[in-house]
Amino acid sequence: MPEFLQFAFSGLTVGAIYALVALGFTLIYNASGVINFAQGEFVMLGGMVTVFAHAAGLPLPLAALTALVTAVVIGLALYRFAIEPARGASAVSLIIITIGASILLRGATSIVFDKNFHSLPPYAGSAPWIVGGAALLPQSLIVLGGAAAIVVALWYFLTRTLTGKALLATAANRLAARLVGINTNAVVGLSFAVSAAIGALGGILMTPITFTSYDSGTLLALKGFAAAMLGGMGNPLGAVVGGLVVGLLEAFSAGYISSSYKDAVAFLVILGVLFLMPQGLFGRGGVERV
Amino acid sequence: MMRRFFDSPYAVVLVLAIVVAVLPLLLPSLFYLRVAALICIFALVVVGLNLLIGFAGQVSLGHAGFFGIGAYAVAIGPTHLGIPPWLALILGAIAAGVVAFLVGRPILRLRGHYLAVATLGMGLLFAMVFANESAWTGGPDGMPVPRLVLFGWRMSGPWTWYWIAGVTLVIGAWIAANVIASPTGRALRAIHDSETAAQVLGIDVARYKLIAFVLSAVYAAVAGAYLAMFDGLVTPEASGFLRSIEFVTMAVLGGLGSTLGGIVGAALLVLLPQLLTVFHDYEHIALGLVMIVVMIFVPAGIVPSLANLLGWRKS
Repeated sequence: MPEFLQFAFSGLTVGAIYALVALGFTLIYNASGVINFAQGEFVMLGGMVTVFAHAAGLPLPLAALTALVTAVVIGLALYRFAIEPARGASAVSLIIITIGASILLRGATSIVFDKNFHSLPPYAGSAPWIVGGAALLPQSLIVLGGAAAIVVALWYFLTRTLTGKALLATAANRLAARLVGINTNAVVGLSFAVSAAIGALGGILMTPITFTSYDSGTLLALKGFAAAMLGGMGNPLGAVVGGLVVGLLEAFSAGYISSSYKDAVAFLVILGVLFLMPQGLFGRGGVERV
Repeated sequence: MMRRFFDSPYAVVLVLAIVVAVLPLLLPSLFYLRVAALICIFALVVVGLNLLIGFAGQVSLGHAGFFGIGAYAVAIGPTHLGIPPWLALILGAIAAGVVAFLVGRPILRLRGHYLAVATLGMGLLFAMVFANESAWTGGPDGMPVPRLVLFGWRMSGPWTWYWIAGVTLVIGAWIAANVIASPTGRALRAIHDSETAAQVLGIDVARYKLIAFVLSAVYAAVAGAYLAMFDGLVTPEASGFLRSIEFVTMAVLGGLGSTLGGIVGAALLVLLPQLLTVFHDYEHIALGLVMIVVMIFVPAGIVPSLANLLGWRKS
């Protein structure tokens, strides 16, 4: 039982980060139909910029804020200079653009900062609590609490504010949204900014646990994408559930089966789910116009 | 005249054969010949992948998995099983085809981004097996690949491999041209335009998608085996995610649906790092920029856009 709890704790912690990445994918996909493979880079930037701003002498909260602002600016630049000019391009072209952007960001980060691994001191001490015989790190709680707060804030933003509703309207039908006076370009730009912010927050939360480096975004983007697809693309609730499921699957297969095949188990389950439910867990079947 | 000539898929094969035959006379050193051999090897993958992405309209982010099967076949076969390298190459290509046939049915039922994530997962699974089964594959460090011996001749060096890869590329392009000109090619294009409409017309959608998938897997496996034997080494990176992305990028940059485009795309992505070695640290930035800029300004890919510009082809 303590073993089971231990794996569950670590799975939920990692899963919360995957859920944030998947949420970022979902937001941008809903608003613009683009799968943004540079999403993992926002997480990486969140961690790296915080580490280096902190090392340069800024207090931690200020360093985290710097990272957040950097990621948002880069997210907006990505939309303005890479996505908006390519409007009307095919889905594959857009995927290539975002992958190009992620390669570019990785290269730029390795030059501006370095190619080493970095970490941050835990935000609330490193003495674990013992829960049911399993060790629970305070940082894990911070990650889970932070992720939950972000999800609630996003939910509030989308359903209770006018701007958020404009985003939902654009996602539902871009032309209709424009007809009722919504500036859909600004809304899509906003979705990139919000996704970047969510990603960067994920990076800031997880860096004390997992280390970060210029190339840590790739795997996160793959896992986040897989989680978003598992939940059903375009469904925010599905993204959160998908992220947690992928995290738990990884932790349990690392613990009970083999740590070198933990990624394999996660992807095998995703393949299995997609074979049985081709639209993901919470996706709706689409109708194709011929 | 020019226009009609370039509309025929066989014209590309003819031009390609001439270029492959003449190129060595123009290249100043063995270094360039080595680069040309690499271009031929990667172009082979892309010509196959183009059948799947460009004609059938099915995206795969996992073809490096098949590339890896071919590469590890010529490494594991001779080293662990005592199979001669040429037989290992053929068996590897067959194995990739069989694997593609088995996973193709369920995977190709998925559409769009779901297909992308499923193929991505498939590719990652192969890469993980190659990295983890150290007893067979040498683990993350990879393993040496014995030289290919044909009729008592040891095949090594850029000169030999240029001819092997170049001739195979011409044959591969010719086979692809045959497929494109056949009823199968027309069926694939119909599926690309609309799966539902193709089905209504009586096209066995699943079967034709599977044909394109298996064919492209075999192309990738042969190229993977060539690269492994050319380098004399294979590592799990051969089947990594970045390799898969590289293949798709080559196909899209050059121009989907154009065999010549695939070859140009492969040449571009192989040449770029060679040209950028001077700015070693900035290589990634330049690669990313090229990908973004080409996709923004010529979303149809370099070759189709150029052909349009020169008036060789109807839009």
